[in-house]
This record gives sequence, C-alpha cells and structure tokens, in this order.
Amino acid sequence: MTTMVEPQEAPRGAGTAGDIILEVRNLVKHFPVGGGFLGGKPALVKAVDGVSFSIRRGETLGLVGESGCGKTTTGRCILQLERPTSGQIIFEGRDLIAVSEAELRKVRRRMQVIFQDPYSSLNPRMTVGQIIGEPLAVHGIVPDRAARAARVKELLSHAGLLATMADRYPHQLSGGQRQRVGIARALAMEPSIIICDEPVSALDVSIQAQIINLLEELQERFGLTYLFVAHDLSVVRHISDRVAVMYLGKIVEITDRKALYEAPQHPYTKALLAAVPIPDPALEAKREHTVLRGEVPSSLNPPSGCVFHPRCPIAIDDCRQVVPELREVRPEHRAACIRV
Amino acid sequence: MDVLLDVRNLETQFQTGGGVVRAVDGVSWDVRPGETVALVGESGCGKSVSALSVMRLVATPAGRIVGGEVWFKGRDLLTLSEEEMRRVRGREIAMIFQEPMTSLNPVLTIGRQLTETAEIHLGMTPAQARARAAELLVMVGISDPGRRLSQYPHQFSGGMRQRMMIAMALACNPPLILADEPTTALDVTIQAQILELLKDLSRRLGAAMLIITHNLGVVARYADRVNVMYAGKIAERGTAREIYANPRHPYTLGLLQSVPRLDEPRKAKLLPIPGQPPDLSRLPAGCAFAPRCAYAIERCRLEGPPLGVIEPGHLSACWRAADLGAAELRREVAV
Repeated sequence: MTTMVEPQEAPRGAGTAGDIILEVRNLVKHFPVGGGFLGGKPALVKAVDGVSFSIRRGETLGLVGESGCGKTTTGRCILQLERPTSGQIIFEGRDLIAVSEAELRKVRRRMQVIFQDPYSSLNPRMTVGQIIGEPLAVHGIVPDRAARAARVKELLSHAGLLATMADRYPHQLSGGQRQRVGIARALAMEPSIIICDEPVSALDVSIQAQIINLLEELQERFGLTYLFVAHDLSVVRHISDRVAVMYLGKIVEITDRKALYEAPQHPYTKALLAAVPIPDPALEAKREHTVLRGEVPSSLNPPSGCVFHPRCPIAIDDCRQVVPELREVRPEHRAACIRV
Repeated sequence: MDVLLDVRNLETQFQTGGGVVRAVDGVSWDVRPGETVALVGESGCGKSVSALSVMRLVATPAGRIVGGEVWFKGRDLLTLSEEEMRRVRGREIAMIFQEPMTSLNPVLTIGRQLTETAEIHLGMTPAQARARAAELLVMVGISDPGRRLSQYPHQFSGGMRQRMMIAMALACNPPLILADEPTTALDVTIQAQILELLKDLSRRLGAAMLIITHNLGVVARYADRVNVMYAGKIAERGTAREIYANPRHPYTLGLLQSVPRLDEPRKAKLLPIPGQPPDLSRLPAGCAFAPRCAYAIERCRLEGPPLGVIEPGHLSACWRAADLGAAELRREVAV
C-alpha cells in the first residue's frame, strides 16, 4: 500500500479557502461557420460573448442556461479544450492563454472535468482499472504498477465503488456506476477544480441524488472547487453557493444562491424559475403558468441591444438599442437589464 | 365510469442475448375520455414499451406481446389484423415521441408529412389536405404556415419540430393521444410552451392523453391520475393529488424525496434511493424493489405483492402499504 498525497495537501498552487482560484475575464469564443471555397466570408457563431466571473477556492459556482447559451463552451474554454477568441482565464494566479505548452500541461492536471454522458466518455475497450490508472501512468504520478493498482482501488472507494469493479468494462456498469468511474478518473489527477458539465442530467432520478451527494462529500473531503454547468435549476440550487445565468453567450445575472432563487432580478431568470414544474399537484394548481414566448434566437445573428428583448415581457424601446451592462443592482448581486 | 382505453394484464417481452426481458409484466391501467393519465418511472421500467404495445409498434422479432388485452372502443386491439390496426394508428390513437427529429421523415416537406395523414385517414383531396395542414400549423402556434409547409424538418428548431409532431397527432382529431416523453429533449422554457399547448389543445378538442415521463414536476402539473411503474409492473396508482400527498409505496416516496424542490428550503443532503434499478432479465424473487427498500420484510423477498386497494382509486403493490400509513413512512425515513 502506498501513501498518496490527497489533493487538499497538494503542495503546488494550493491556497487557502476563500481566495480566488479561477477568474474568467471578458471571455469571447466565436466559431466561424460556412464560408470558405464558395460561401465567401464565414459567418460567426458568438457562442461566448464577453463573459466574466470568478470562483473562490472550495465553492461551487452553478452555471445555468438553456442549450446554446454558451455554458458548455465556457467550460471547454476554461479547460483549454477550445482556444478562446479573446479574454483571460486566470487559474491559480496564471493566465492559461499566455503560458507555454509545457506549463499548460502541468496546470491542466489540476483542472479536471466530468462529462454529461458517462457512456461516451469512457473507452469501451479499457477496463475501469485501466481507465483510472492510465492518467496516473501517463503523467508519471504513480509510475509503479503495484502502487498504481492500490491507488486505483483507493480512488474507486472514494467514488463509492467496490475494488472488484477495476476488472469490469464500461458496458458492464450501470449509468450511475459509469458516472462514478468518471468521477474517480477526475480525482486521480488530484485536481483543485472540477468542471462538472451536466453530470447528472443523463441519469435516472433515483440515481441523480446519489451522485449529487457524492460530489458534495468529495468536495468537503478534498477541498474541491466546482464549476457546475447544468440546466436543471432545482439541482443547481441544491449544489451551488453562487449561480450565474447565461443567455445567448452572455451572463445575464450572477449572485449567491439565496438571492438568485429568492429575489431574482433579471426577467429571464424569473421566466426560467417560473417554467420549472414543482412536484406537488396542489401547489401547481394554484401557480400561475406564464409562458415565455418565442424561442432562443440564433447566436449567428443575435438580436440588437439586449439579446433577450424579443422574448422579454418588460422590454421597452431602449432595450432594442442599449446593450445592458452586467452591473451591481444590489450588494454582490449583478444583473444585465436596464429595467432593473 | 366509462373507459376509453382499458389495458388488462399486458405482458411484453424481449428476447435478448442475456435471456428474456420482461419489459411489461402483467400491467393493467385505463384512460377515461378527456382525462390526462401519467405513466411515470425511470428508464427501463416499461412505460414506453407499454405505450408501444398499445399501438402494436413493439420491435419484432426481439419484442413480443405475449399476453393481455387492450380494449379500445369495444375492440381488443391485440386481436385486430395489421390492416385494421393501421386505421387505428393516427386516426383514433395518435402518438407523440420524445425525439421529434428521428420521428419525422427528413426527406419529405413538413407539408407532405402533414397532408399524408389527412389524405389517407380522412380521404381529403390534396387541396383540402393542404388547407387543413396550414390550419393545424396555426393551431400549434407556427406562424407563416404557407412558407413553413414547403420547408423540411431540419429547417425547424427542436421546439418547432415538437409543435409539428403535435400538429400531425391532431390531424385526425383522435380521441386519445399517447405522448412519450414529449418534452424531455427540449429546453425548460420551450418545455413549458409545449406542455401548455398540449394541455390546451387536448382540452379544447376533448382528447384524452397518456403522458409518459420521468419528470415528477411535469406529472404534478398536468396529470389527473398517475401510474408509477417499477421493473415492468405498476407500483402505485391514484389521483395525482393522492399520490403526491399520500404516497403508499416506498418507491413513490423514495422518488419524491430524492428530487430537490424549488418550493422547499434547501436540504443539507438529498435522500437518494440506494442501489440501482434491477436487471429485468434477472429479477429477484418477490418484490423487485425489495433490495432497495428500507421497509422490506422477509415476505417481500419471497412473494411479489399484488396491486392492492388502499382506498377507492388508490392502489399500491406493497405488502406493507396497509400497515404503514403515509405519515409513518415519512417518519421512518426522517429518522
């Protein structure tokens, strides 16, 4: 048995709880589409269009919004899986966009990701033990084979799996077990931050709560920081300390959990919350069901002014022209709406 | 009370490499005219296969309906010829699927897919059918129907495709609509639009609806009566209000307690159901939920509980449902 250094004791880059671990400044990611040979100038999908936020060590920031709002692309840019068009991503004091490749490789170990689909994110030809052990070997974290097997067992147990699972293949596991393998693999690198991209939305209701509880336990045990990307507002409320709401590539509101859910300021946040059905028929019968009109416009050609104005119930003429700035509307509570 | 659709002891099985999967295992439920009934449960519980069995659309040869009756307007649908069944589908019972992109034909225009039903089932001329198609698109909230009818499914957004599926389902004014996870693939604001549309149209046209979903919030908002399914069987049935306020099956209770709710104070910890859903080709003897159940007693592991009446209209398949009142169930969990 080897004694492994657990993430919270990791010597490099570690700081104290509460300091800023990750800061995203003015992040922009535009994807060119079409164009080229016959199409002329390519059009631009403005997937992420000037997003700024910071995460304190040990906290969970929830990032919510509907499909196409840019929440996943934001996560991928932070992980450097996408090269941002512009902006800064400052992780543990270093700007990831400016550092060298070698430096980046070292830093990136400390940021891990858990994906939505536990089926497609595990190699079907590798055993669970190989899946978790491979990064330990590749990065030279645990070069010794026997020590590595011991470490894999330890990681499986952290994720609530039996040591015997190491010999199984992903297809022999249930969805919940696969997601636990994904979590064990992320923990293997002793990260300080984990980007959780819709980690429970593909799972059955009765299993979702198991995984959420596990993520919370691990956070406490290893002092992890989470960026929790999801569309389920009830789940995000449960797990997050602070929440950012995205719409068409921009953050429209960001504040602590309590304020966002109890006193939402932006009309889009209000509409999202109103759209969530509550599992109580007596309460639902009394609730007013105001439905947001229209659909999310294309990010190829976003509306002028406030991108939400075509669907907004309180939009005025100015909203068509003025791009609302994300400003403090209450202490520690920012919203991008000129009507607030 | 008269019944529109009466499913009795339905059994549907799949032959797989791992053995026989009893996807639907002797299930009975009904739908009355004009009401909305929910089949709720997690993946693999048999809710979708139940609906496909009613439509006789279970994929053969792997899948087979091996027993039961499906009574609809005085006929057992399981005894009809394929020819007769084709007249029932679409015209009398319509189905809306979860993924509209895979259930629409990508190489046919929206107009063609809408007019086909009207021409075949209602004997309309092409001109009449086109006028009807335009009318249907307006009814489901798609503007500019003239232009839209000549477009293809890929030119529609997810929400619009689901509106189009609803238009197709309503084309013949069927008395019954089976909606299989109709909004699961959609965003939350679009989900609300589509569900409101479905509810509104089914009311206006007097159609009954079977909603198949795993979302307990959707059930609470839209269903009159609820059937909770687990491992191919009905675990509990009752009015929506009764099921949510007074659950009498530990699985129903477990589901309700495991989801975080926006209207309640945030809990420090969620209460998950332990373990995993069973492998349907290797079901345990006795109650399929027993291995995950906090209330299981010796009898539960030996003998499967029948769906017993708790009070009129409220049934539960649990040996302990009678001696464990809902209040007591809650207290045990809280400890």
